[in-house]
Amino acid sequence: MLADARLIAGKDLRIERRARVATNQVAPFALLVLVLFAFALDPDRGILDRATAGLYWVAVLLSTVLAVQRSYALESTDGLPDALRLSGLDPAAVFLGKTAALALQLLVLEALLLAGVALLYTTELAGPALLAATCLAATLGLASAGSLYGVLAAGLRVRETLLPLLLLPVVAPVLIGATRAFEAALAGTPGEGWPWCGLLAIFAAIYVAFGMLAFGPLMEEL
Amino acid sequence: MNQTTTPAAGPTATTGSPAHTGSRGSRIVGLLAAGGAVALLVFALVLSPDDRIQGEAVRLMYLHVPAAIAMYVCVGLLGLGSAMWLRRKTPGWDVLAAASAEVGLVFTALTLVTGMLWGRPTWGVYWVWDARLTTTAMLAVLLAGYLALRRVPAAPESRSRRAAVAGLLVVVDLPLIHYSVNWWRTLHQDATISTTDVQIDGLMLFTLFLGMVVGLLVTVWLLIHRFRVAWLEEEVEAGGLDRALAERRAEAEVGA
Repeated sequence: MLADARLIAGKDLRIERRARVATNQVAPFALLVLVLFAFALDPDRGILDRATAGLYWVAVLLSTVLAVQRSYALESTDGLPDALRLSGLDPAAVFLGKTAALALQLLVLEALLLAGVALLYTTELAGPALLAATCLAATLGLASAGSLYGVLAAGLRVRETLLPLLLLPVVAPVLIGATRAFEAALAGTPGEGWPWCGLLAIFAAIYVAFGMLAFGPLMEEL
Repeated sequence: MNQTTTPAAGPTATTGSPAHTGSRGSRIVGLLAAGGAVALLVFALVLSPDDRIQGEAVRLMYLHVPAAIAMYVCVGLLGLGSAMWLRRKTPGWDVLAAASAEVGLVFTALTLVTGMLWGRPTWGVYWVWDARLTTTAMLAVLLAGYLALRRVPAAPESRSRRAAVAGLLVVVDLPLIHYSVNWWRTLHQDATISTTDVQIDGLMLFTLFLGMVVGLLVTVWLLIHRFRVAWLEEEVEAGGLDRALAERRAEAEVGA
């Protein structure tokens, strides 16, 4: 199953390497959101620095929606859904592969955004271990929930508008947990952040498990 | 919707479709609910005393608590219907989930509105970022998303499958949201005003109990009707093509 998953993840990443949609569109969008926050919240009053954790994760969440849409737009053209169904790949492996590719792209994006907040919001990146662990756990949760809702909305004509409505409320716990953990890390009190990191891990575990079970029936709807 | 008599109208046509959504059973439940609602009004607005601290605002409780209970019942039924559809693949479970989600959203909205109306005189504001309020608001959004997914045109089986997974996810997600929001708020502030240690007057307790019974009757009544409407809609949809064919044929015969 892991070999199948690696196959799917490799395929998605190879397409991204050649088409560069995430690189040329999603990543600039995420940075743009950071700039928009600066316009909305006066940068001279120190609000940006204080609100870094929340703004950062809102930017990640919005970018996740785009990345998920892209990930399933890949599968929806030219008879690809049929090809995927006939490929004999384990649906759970397809889910894991899509999730892994999505997670990897999101992690790169998050690193970019961290550099962005450090430069643009002059935030000092304290507590690197907690920051990294939070990014990992939150990304796994976002990618697995994103994959699951991505396939749920895939193949529908209204998927662009439906996906955010379905996905964003579901990942509210990730936003809460990741923001609190980041706040603790940036404030120099990582001890308070680790339990939130645990919550993120639980969220990710639940969605990975549910996705592996539910992807089989949903793959028929791609 | 009286003419669902096409013989080849799909898997549901053989069950003998009702001409309308009322039946003896639903009428009895409806009458009980209506009578109970009148009694509840009398008890809640006239007979029961006002609260020493909350004043008249306490009367909202007789609507708020039953609505919240109905909300939980509906979410439970949504999960049950979704899970059972995935197991059995029979249309009844899907229709049950659809009806529960619709009725559930109505009661979630009612819970939120009555809660906010109560919050204004009691807390001074309509909205506080209290754990329960936030979770309930998120539930409303989740149910709205579920219903939006159902509204998307798709083949019946395909729609049922998507809806069943989405419905299960609502139920899976609710505790996660509840837990995280709870934790989020309690880290920042103490739980908001608690009235649990206040002695409840006997008549108030009875009115609250009556409210719960009436609330459940109304829920059952609404669920029966929404279930039947959804069932008929599905039948119309399944028989739509056959009926259209028959109509075109009839037109051709008249024209010939």
